[in-house]
Amino acid sequence: MLRFLLTRLSLIIPTFIGVTLLTFAMIRLIPGDPILLMAGERGIDDARYAQLKAELGLDKPIIIQYAHYLNDMAHGNFGKSIITREPVFKEFLELFPATIELSMTAIMIAVLIGLPAGIIAAVRRNSVFDHAVMGFSLTGYSMPIFWWGLLLILLFSVNLGWTPVSGRMAVLYFVEPVTGFVLIDAWLAGDWKAFQSALRHLILPAIVLGTVPLAIIARMTRSSMLEVLNEDYIRTARAKGLAPPRVIGLHALRNALIPVITVIGLAVGGLLGGAILTETIFSWPGVGKWLIEAIRRRDYPVVQGGVLLSATIVMIVNLGVDVLYGLINPRIRKGR
Amino acid sequence: MATVTETAAAARAYEPPKPIVEFWHHFSQNKGAVTGMLVIVSFCLVAIFADVLSPHPPAEQYRDALLRPPFWMDGGSTRFLLGTDDVGRDMLSRLIYGARVSMVVGVVVIALGLVVGVALGLAAGFLPGVVDIAVMRAMDTLLALPALLLAIVVVAILGPGLFNAMLAVSVVVLPGFARLTRAAVLTELSKEYVIASRMTGARLPRLMFLTVLPNCLAPLIVQATLGFSTAILDTAALGFLGLGAQPPTPEWGTMLADALQFIQRAWWVVTFPGLAILVAVLAFNLMGDGLRDALDPKLKR
Repeated sequence: MLRFLLTRLSLIIPTFIGVTLLTFAMIRLIPGDPILLMAGERGIDDARYAQLKAELGLDKPIIIQYAHYLNDMAHGNFGKSIITREPVFKEFLELFPATIELSMTAIMIAVLIGLPAGIIAAVRRNSVFDHAVMGFSLTGYSMPIFWWGLLLILLFSVNLGWTPVSGRMAVLYFVEPVTGFVLIDAWLAGDWKAFQSALRHLILPAIVLGTVPLAIIARMTRSSMLEVLNEDYIRTARAKGLAPPRVIGLHALRNALIPVITVIGLAVGGLLGGAILTETIFSWPGVGKWLIEAIRRRDYPVVQGGVLLSATIVMIVNLGVDVLYGLINPRIRKGR
Repeated sequence: MATVTETAAAARAYEPPKPIVEFWHHFSQNKGAVTGMLVIVSFCLVAIFADVLSPHPPAEQYRDALLRPPFWMDGGSTRFLLGTDDVGRDMLSRLIYGARVSMVVGVVVIALGLVVGVALGLAAGFLPGVVDIAVMRAMDTLLALPALLLAIVVVAILGPGLFNAMLAVSVVVLPGFARLTRAAVLTELSKEYVIASRMTGARLPRLMFLTVLPNCLAPLIVQATLGFSTAILDTAALGFLGLGAQPPTPEWGTMLADALQFIQRAWWVVTFPGLAILVAVLAFNLMGDGLRDALDPKLKR
């Protein structure tokens, strides 16, 4: 097992170096003088120009620059935002819980609906339910989620007035940030009204972000179940006279879940891409919205640091999924 | 003499069906795939004949008709079948020209991704060692970033715009083609026909492009079809975020972004562009799935 872990870990290192090279190259690849670009149309005086150039390390040889860059990162120094002058790492840490809260809720919705839907569709193959699940799944998979979010806002916020349009919680409530997850903080504080407000703010963005993973999970669960249901051991279990729920729940599901878990893991890693769109539509104060705004304002240190931090998290999640996969599937672990 | 002809005819009768016939047989049984194909064909026709089909020029602003609803609603008229947007441009015409933009986006993105990806995949598959490792690690790096984040990084470097967005999305689809090509090449390389070709003295370029590549095409065709949906979806997403096509280009994602502020007053400016994206993406996904089932011998019934 340790060996398996180490192999996986060693595989991630070149990828990580690749990502640092990419983010490092970013500022240097921008056509034109990046500092003048960042300054915008107002221009910039010579002193500030020199200061920025030194801050970004653009005045030294390229190899030295890269070495400095790696060294800074190892010390948690990702530079400062040009707009707010705050350290990028600090801003990231402040905003990241909002993105996690949104993503975790989204993936929970996706699993809680997608998994049972896929199982029932497989068991009742070719039924109306099966066709409906497959139809919804294909549509969800093809859905431009930025449009889907707008439609839901149009229906639930504008026409029905059930949910708010943007933000994490109504401004009249305040809860002491303990975990950074507004929902849990409100619950811990025992503030029922604030909890409700947070939940109503969370539900639409979470549904939007969960749609594509839901579609993928339902589809994967169905096809994986169908494959397993044809296996000999299922026929044996049925022939033994076991009750159908036991056959499906215990014998089939356990084996069918393995590929599904991989798909869930990949979906978690990919959620960040969807979070950029979802957070922009719902003005959710998370990392995705922060990144897009930084690009619009040409705040390159934020873009650079934010991308690297986000990519690192995605890589760690993917590594975790890989390890988990090895844990539940001995064939993968022993094969290495 | 007669018997010889008869035997030959009989032998011909037992010939297996041509691959293309067999493929069509499987493909045409998949109703979803055929529907997808028909939708794609009609989208292509709309894109080609946009000049003839659209009732108004796509950028023409009718100042006397701002935010007119579609014709079946109160205040709508058949002059603007699907209504107008906030500066009085005809929605239907913009959607029609948007089809042209999206088809061009799909073709350019896939062509770029395919050419570069296949070249890298071939290089990695045929040249084990440094080239293989370098190419595949680079692809891993690109895959480590979520697709949209990667596209945004590229656009952040190149600057916003439709062409840069297309470049960005082709970087997103590139690793898929490279990996697929490499995997297919590695499977083919151990087969007898490749060894035979090597024995007869075929050089590397011939081996790569004439001997091996044609036999790797099936998965690439499937991936290219599915890649069209990624291309359309991600370019529209970039347009929506203001990083892709810039107004007044009639690109569906950009149209959606323009419409955001009118969401409470004019549902049609928000609904139709998104619907167009959904239908186009769905069609390519349906057809891609059908192609995979028909081309993949393992799944054949």
